[in-house]
Amino acid sequence: MSDPAHVVILGAGHAGGTAAALLRQYGFEGPITLVGEEPLPPYQRPPLSKAWLKGEADADSLALKPVEFYAEHNIDFRASTRATALNRGAKTDTLSDGSQLSYDTLIIATGAHAIALPIPGADLEGVMFLRTAADAELLKATVGPGKRLAVVGGGYIGLEVAASGRALGAEVVVLERESRLLARVACESLSTYFKAYHEKQGVSFVLDATATAFEGKDGHVTGVTLEDGRTIACDAVVVGVGAAPNDEIARESGLETARGIVVDLEARTADPSIFAIGDVAHRPMPIYDRMFRMESVPNALEQAKQAASAIAGRPAPAGEVPWQWSDQYDLKLQIAGYAFDVDEILLRGDPSTNKFAVFHLKGDLVQSVEAINSPPEFMMGKQLILGRRPVDKARLADPSISMKEVAA
Amino acid sequence: MAKITYIEHDGTEHVIDVKNGLTVMEGAVKNNVPGIDADCGGACACATCHVYVDEAWRDKTGTSSAMEESMLDFAENVEPNSRLSCQIKVSDALDGLVVRMPESQH
Repeated sequence: MSDPAHVVILGAGHAGGTAAALLRQYGFEGPITLVGEEPLPPYQRPPLSKAWLKGEADADSLALKPVEFYAEHNIDFRASTRATALNRGAKTDTLSDGSQLSYDTLIIATGAHAIALPIPGADLEGVMFLRTAADAELLKATVGPGKRLAVVGGGYIGLEVAASGRALGAEVVVLERESRLLARVACESLSTYFKAYHEKQGVSFVLDATATAFEGKDGHVTGVTLEDGRTIACDAVVVGVGAAPNDEIARESGLETARGIVVDLEARTADPSIFAIGDVAHRPMPIYDRMFRMESVPNALEQAKQAASAIAGRPAPAGEVPWQWSDQYDLKLQIAGYAFDVDEILLRGDPSTNKFAVFHLKGDLVQSVEAINSPPEFMMGKQLILGRRPVDKARLADPSISMKEVAA
Repeated sequence: MAKITYIEHDGTEHVIDVKNGLTVMEGAVKNNVPGIDADCGGACACATCHVYVDEAWRDKTGTSSAMEESMLDFAENVEPNSRLSCQIKVSDALDGLVVRMPESQH
């Protein structure tokens, strides 16, 4: 165990909150300060576009830990505060209240922010994002029966919001710039499948739709104007067009950034006393022999483990396969891995049964799998990705052969 | 409310009062009990909240859904009394429940 020095964690999201809790689990006894921009202690974001938005989860169940946890474990949680500058020479952070906070070890877990559309009307009331609990409260209060919600962006957040919007009784239209949904993240057959499934649930889509302006009346949004001149009428808009890392203070302090703050396998930056974890980090992923930035809870947890292990002097966590999930209506989508360098896409099962999986292969290695209502394909797919073992493609494509036999 | 005993793989016991309506997983995670990771927060998407339910409690904790069964089937070190603790809801009937953790959740 290293000295019980002061650990400062900037960012109290899933990554920062978990790092604080794990440091205590791992026996770290020094002071911990957890600095969060939001008024709430760390909470789970995924339900905000899923169970919570539909009213199936309350604030208590969202919280990572009960509020008293932090004081009981000698974690100084500072709400509604963020760091505005990092002085690596003096090992201090300047906070938004003007004070200076000294650290011995710093964990940057400042996450990412929703990208705004740089178009007229973006500041109208009713044009929303879905990133924080406050965003979700606003959305829930705005959307309901008799309301028409326009979702700009047909990615996973957009589709989850669409599904939840339908569950809340609103009319929903999704506007997507590309010619298909999930264009950046999923293969074409999955895009087609999701579009058809959402349409069956009453969602309408406009593809190849570039929003050029939000229209408004009395300061409130009334429609989205598209490049082709059409205006799509609506009472509310959710913009879900991606997120960008909150890495400014790191960059300004001279730390290396790429698509986020560059770290190693311990989640440590080139400055040995500074770590970066979660959505803000640009990190190595050995199974793909490359570095990239991920936006997922499993990634936030994994890097929180890496950093906490390094700080507490524990062995590094075992090798991982990145994964994520999405719930829409009665569909459970589980995704393992990323489709890097893929030369073949293989379908296992029949999409019309709402139970199938799409495997992305590089030669005979599985790079990633998207599994719809198919836990065995997801679970075994994860093991195949991690093990880098060749698979028999004909057997993989045959759903009558169990995944255990395929992998045997 | 139910008093639940969580036993880590190394034998360390944690006795926790868990409110009705929470899951056995939430009782552990919210109290920082090591050994239950629950990466997905209870969405039955990850199988990292695997526990062994003490024999005496298997009936009272109910049976697993098809989804849970299917996820567990591919978890490490699965036994007949394996459950995903995010799928067990706490009620007065579970007062005294004992669950043990596997060596690893991954």
